[in-house]
Amino acid sequence: MMLLIVLDLALLCISLINTGILIVGLQGLLLGFFVIAIHANALSVRLMAIAIAGIAIKGFLFPVLLRRAIREAGILREIKPFVGPGLSLVSGILMLAVALWIKSKLPLGGIIDAPITVPASFMTIFTGLFLVIARKKALTQCMGYIVFENGIYAFGIAAAGDIPLLVELGLLLDAFVAVFVMGIAIYRINQEFDHIDATELSSLKG
Amino acid sequence: MFNYILALLLAPLLNGVINRVKALFAGRNGPPLLQRYYDIVKLLRKGTVYGASTSWVFRLSAPVGLAAALVALLVVPFGGVYAPVAFGGDILVLAYMLGLMRFFTIIAALDTGSSFEGMGASREAFFSALAEPALLLGVAAIACKTGWMSLSSMLHAASPVSFELLLVVASFIIVYLCENSRIPIDDPATHLELTMIHEAMILDNSGPDLGFIEYSSSLKLWILGALIVDIAAPYRSGLWFVDCAEGVGCMILLAAAVGVTESIMARLRLLRVPQLLAAAGALSSFALLLVLR
Repeated sequence: MMLLIVLDLALLCISLINTGILIVGLQGLLLGFFVIAIHANALSVRLMAIAIAGIAIKGFLFPVLLRRAIREAGILREIKPFVGPGLSLVSGILMLAVALWIKSKLPLGGIIDAPITVPASFMTIFTGLFLVIARKKALTQCMGYIVFENGIYAFGIAAAGDIPLLVELGLLLDAFVAVFVMGIAIYRINQEFDHIDATELSSLKG
Repeated sequence: MFNYILALLLAPLLNGVINRVKALFAGRNGPPLLQRYYDIVKLLRKGTVYGASTSWVFRLSAPVGLAAALVALLVVPFGGVYAPVAFGGDILVLAYMLGLMRFFTIIAALDTGSSFEGMGASREAFFSALAEPALLLGVAAIACKTGWMSLSSMLHAASPVSFELLLVVASFIIVYLCENSRIPIDDPATHLELTMIHEAMILDNSGPDLGFIEYSSSLKLWILGALIVDIAAPYRSGLWFVDCAEGVGCMILLAAAVGVTESIMARLRLLRVPQLLAAAGALSSFALLLVLR
């Protein structure tokens, strides 16, 4: 879970989209293996299915889809942020502090196995939101969305296996469809505007 | 006390190791391991030339820098033994002795009136201002984790490496590379003034002054390396000479790792360096947050 936070911080300061996609994929893999590791002594078929679906979709399918979106839209490799990497990192540390503070305030009871899972999941959720807000391109916003979903997933893990399979799979499917749709949308936006810079979508095409 | 003398004797060897590893990577024979010693001895026997525009500030800088490095080395523990001087808060002595050394290098560079040295000084001031928070926050994390305020005690108590300490080590390695002007941040081998930082500032120094500067930069390499080795390598045996040998071995390994890094990486663009240092600061603050949690 510490690694999840390190990956969040890395996401905030990288400047190439491909590296970002790699990190998002790594997060998916990490979460999948974490599910298996945390329930290693009582591994049910249901949990195994969730973990494997998570690994397959987040670790492999999403990166492939995102890379295809890049290739088809011919996007430049540089991320153009509203908020530079230095300031993003500082915000990341602030978000971590807030996440730890929330953890100390939440009446969670004894449902948490690993000590830092809840702050890590909040941190990941905040990072996702931050990426959606502070990055210009539609593709990086899509990545922010996936990171956000990773955070919710991590929180789900923390709340033990109490979440029904259907809810888990529904969540995965939602994210999957979203990425798929966004891939198409990015392609369309690119065709229409010759760029995917979300700041300039509102300006009229001349 | 013996460890202090050991550090004084072995510090220039680290430069030799780095250069030798780089030479191996490049397929050359490379300079002898003891080249730094020869350089320093040769420089000490020469006369000094002072530029016409320099004042007493310039003459003062090299001896003050060496003195500051010697004092800083006094508080750094090595080989599982307490440092010769250890008291609560001695980390600040270390940080500000290094700061004093840097300050005098910078004003001496400004004193020469050369524009290249001015540029080097400006970069050095900027980058070290970013590296210092990473160092101090990292030490604060260790201090909170172990509950000791003195560098010797806290590094002694830090030996089972936990995740927080790994973060601190990662951050310190970046600081180590930055403060010693090694490759991702500064290229110590280049002689193109536009791209240099540390080497650009000492262009006007010569003779014994240059020897002092070379020796104090070797000491600095040793001091920051010892911090990393103390955290990352647990001294377990309790036997003094075994711990000492282990420490020296780790220092040489670290120097070799620096040599490998320099061989496989290019220098970062100047604009990217602050980002790397910000990452070091973020790692340190992350560690501190985890400890305070």
